[in-house]
Amino acid sequence: MVEGALWRRWIFFYIPLTAFVVALLFPFYWMIITTIRPDSELYRPWNAPNYSPFWTTNPTLSHIRDLLTETLFSTWMLNTMIISIAATLISLFCGLLAGYALSRLKFPFAGSLGTAIFITYLVPQTLLFIPLADIIRNFRLGDSPWALILTYPTFLIPFVTWLMMGYFKSVPKELEECARIDGATRWKAMVYIIFPIAVPGILSAGIFAFTLSWNEFLYALVFLSSPAQKTVPVGVTSELIRGDVFYWGELMAGALLGSIPVAFVYSFFVEHYVASLTGSVKG
Amino acid sequence: MTFTTLATPTAYAGAPRRGPVTRLLEDERWLAMLLLLPTLALLGLFIAYPFIEGVRLSVTDAKVGVPGQFVGLQNFARIWSDDIFHVAVWNTCVYTAVATVFKLVLGLWLALLLNHHFKGKAITRAFILLPFIIPTVLSTLAWKWMFDPTFSVINWMLFRLGVIQNRINWLGDPHLALISVIIVNVWRGVPFYAISLLAGLQTISPELHEAAAIDGARAWQRFWHVTWPLLLPVTLVIVLFSVIQTFADFQLVYVLTGGGPANATQLFATYAYQLGIGTGLLSQGATISLAVFPVLLVVVIVQLLYIRKVEVH
Amino acid sequence: MAEVHIQSLNKKFDEVHAVKDVNLGIRDKEFVVLVGPSGCGKTTTLRMVAGLESITSGRILIDDKVIYDLPPMDRDIAMVFQNYALYPHMSVYDNMAFGLKMRKFDRADIGKRVQEAAEILGIQELLKRKPRQLSGGQRQRVALGRAIVRHPQVFLFDEPLSNLDAKLRVQMRVELKKLHDRLGTTAIYVTHDQVEAMTLGDRVVVMKDGFVQQVGEPLELYNEPANRFVAGFLGSPSMNFATVKVSQENGSIWAANAGMQVKAPPQCADRLARYVGQEVTLGIRPEDLHVASPADPPELGFDVVVEVVEKLGSEILLDVAVGSDTMVASVEPHIRANIHDRMRLALNPERLHFFDNSSEMAI
Repeated sequence: MVEGALWRRWIFFYIPLTAFVVALLFPFYWMIITTIRPDSELYRPWNAPNYSPFWTTNPTLSHIRDLLTETLFSTWMLNTMIISIAATLISLFCGLLAGYALSRLKFPFAGSLGTAIFITYLVPQTLLFIPLADIIRNFRLGDSPWALILTYPTFLIPFVTWLMMGYFKSVPKELEECARIDGATRWKAMVYIIFPIAVPGILSAGIFAFTLSWNEFLYALVFLSSPAQKTVPVGVTSELIRGDVFYWGELMAGALLGSIPVAFVYSFFVEHYVASLTGSVKG
Repeated sequence: MTFTTLATPTAYAGAPRRGPVTRLLEDERWLAMLLLLPTLALLGLFIAYPFIEGVRLSVTDAKVGVPGQFVGLQNFARIWSDDIFHVAVWNTCVYTAVATVFKLVLGLWLALLLNHHFKGKAITRAFILLPFIIPTVLSTLAWKWMFDPTFSVINWMLFRLGVIQNRINWLGDPHLALISVIIVNVWRGVPFYAISLLAGLQTISPELHEAAAIDGARAWQRFWHVTWPLLLPVTLVIVLFSVIQTFADFQLVYVLTGGGPANATQLFATYAYQLGIGTGLLSQGATISLAVFPVLLVVVIVQLLYIRKVEVH
Repeated sequence: MAEVHIQSLNKKFDEVHAVKDVNLGIRDKEFVVLVGPSGCGKTTTLRMVAGLESITSGRILIDDKVIYDLPPMDRDIAMVFQNYALYPHMSVYDNMAFGLKMRKFDRADIGKRVQEAAEILGIQELLKRKPRQLSGGQRQRVALGRAIVRHPQVFLFDEPLSNLDAKLRVQMRVELKKLHDRLGTTAIYVTHDQVEAMTLGDRVVVMKDGFVQQVGEPLELYNEPANRFVAGFLGSPSMNFATVKVSQENGSIWAANAGMQVKAPPQCADRLARYVGQEVTLGIRPEDLHVASPADPPELGFDVVVEVVEKLGSEILLDVAVGSDTMVASVEPHIRANIHDRMRLALNPERLHFFDNSSEMAI
């Protein structure tokens, strides 16, 4: 409980906290409200009288309908879903194996390799996107989901590796030793004993990787060109603007619907998500 | 007793037969190599190779469709005297510095608030992360709508509150554009700082605060002398990571202003994009991208030194 | 037949020489205990036999087969860990069946063996449970069961009783002994507890700083310790030590210091003769000291001042001051003694030990 006199509590706690929450969540409210307001209400100037922007008495689904029927939005959703899941699976596979090797095995250069993988996590996409665009073109992967499925792991794997290393450190090494004495090869001990125990960690890493993939913009923008190939972030920002005209109803509907899968996944796994976020920081 | 000892080790009588690959993988070093192979292949191909390519591009005059020739440091000389580049340097530095300070202060404040027990704490914490979870471009679009010169809801509120008479052109006014962009970056980053700092705060035993309180320290002193020093390690990690991300930021500015108006919000990343992809001057774009590298290097070195120091403890 | 031979075994971790030239021959069906303080190398030696650590030099053989380069799966051994190392995501049945599955036994065989082992250990009702639902003692039994099902040539134990509470530890000690009698498998057992070593071992190996100090049957080590360390390590309360000077008077050898003057009994006199004029360490166990009666010869006794009286019921421990030293004497429960009392203690001449001051070896 918050200690102190009532007025203190209000000034130092409730009011600031409420202010933060409102400020952080308002844009989403605005997104939702804009999606269901009819065009007539949307396009009224900021200083018009009798204007109540915060709610509507004539909610409409026309923006959503237009979005789904007149644009390639559903295709973009499908693309993004496939790409995110595929990239996540690849990253989990690589990161799991790498995390195990770095935390449980002794071999030369273990320390340096671990550091190298950690460093790649810090490398921002903006450093690499231009040469990478060229390389993608040379491999003939341009304008296909494969361009993203193969490049997203570059920023997902280091994170998954790091997370799994931290997780493995908490598993006692006697378990593998016992398994090996029981007759298991190192590989079998890893797969049958260690990996099943690490499932919660794998889940956390997977969820985080999924949201990171969904969120990615630059590579998707640069490597994909035809409208049918685009992902949701790129499609919504590029295809819903005709000339200089912004169709805000559809744009907000697209933003809203495009955020739902991620918000959905997140809501089921909040604890896991927070754990991996803070785990990556505490290192 | 004398034995007839077998010189080469062999498995006991009833052991299952194992193939040569299995035997090889029993060796830690071979197994490690196999396990690391997929990761190293992917990272090598799509990070190391592009990086080298990027450096190579920056010393040629390549354009889209035209493999260039070696031109030495010509590109670097060009951007050195490029006015827009200067503006981009200035903008990026201001953007990063101001945003980081605000994110840290506000994030810390929020973390301190969240460190109390109150009803609905868990759900508040869950909702607060939303700006970080939701795809950046999508929430940035919402902000763009909120900043719209004609229809801005923020202007509406300020007008209603009597604060302004004339509209504020958040994104169109060269003097305001950078501020607006910083606002959105801070909005997006505060949850990350808050949640991470909260985790750090929760590792500080409450007994330390109680002892300090008994010793007569007031709230502010308790924070400064007990909380802050213990929070410093976590803070450092977060800030270092955030700095490199903010320095290389692209999505936000691209959606909100595209770098304008009149380069008022041009950052390294957006300028590189404009040159390399927009106008196809690959080599020049690559050169600008590389400008991020020194900062990355500094951040990485500091992180590594710091980790080494922590491990020694 | 399962004899284990350890020949000139050495292990170095970077600069640390953890195991130094250990030689040990373990007979078939023997239960050998490696005992010593932490860091003495006993666990490292065990792990080398298991295959969990590599060897720096030397050989390990089971029967007449060299095994030291083989991975653990190719050695016919089973190990019980201090923390039991039960696989948390598997049921008790699966835990016990895992080793057999890895060695490609068929389902019927596995079922039979697991049931058999479960009956021996009394854990049949626990087969479907998961480790986290078991108590410490039950987990330990499952760990044992997992080792038994494989019918290995050698059992290895790494301080399996350390995590149990005192009462359970005593109980499990007895059960382990019965188990060994019943199964007759060769076993190597590592512990830091000298009581476990004395009660469980057919032979005991005392180690310190990587070296083997002495090997022998428990009572042999107890009664005839080869050096001061072994003498002080086994037995509780531990042996009393006092520095004394050896002198010769009237044809007899005397050992004396500020608080006592004792005549060396005939058994020791010859060996002590070489040390006349030098200082040696005298050792006498608490139970070999008793309150002097008029019948005791005066040259085998000395005066003490009582400092602490500990009444245990079965015996009384007296902490006494002998000159500037302190000793502990274990006396019969009916003895009346109070702090600051002066009394006279006599020692049992058959049980007197002497140790060289520089080499610490028994004289």
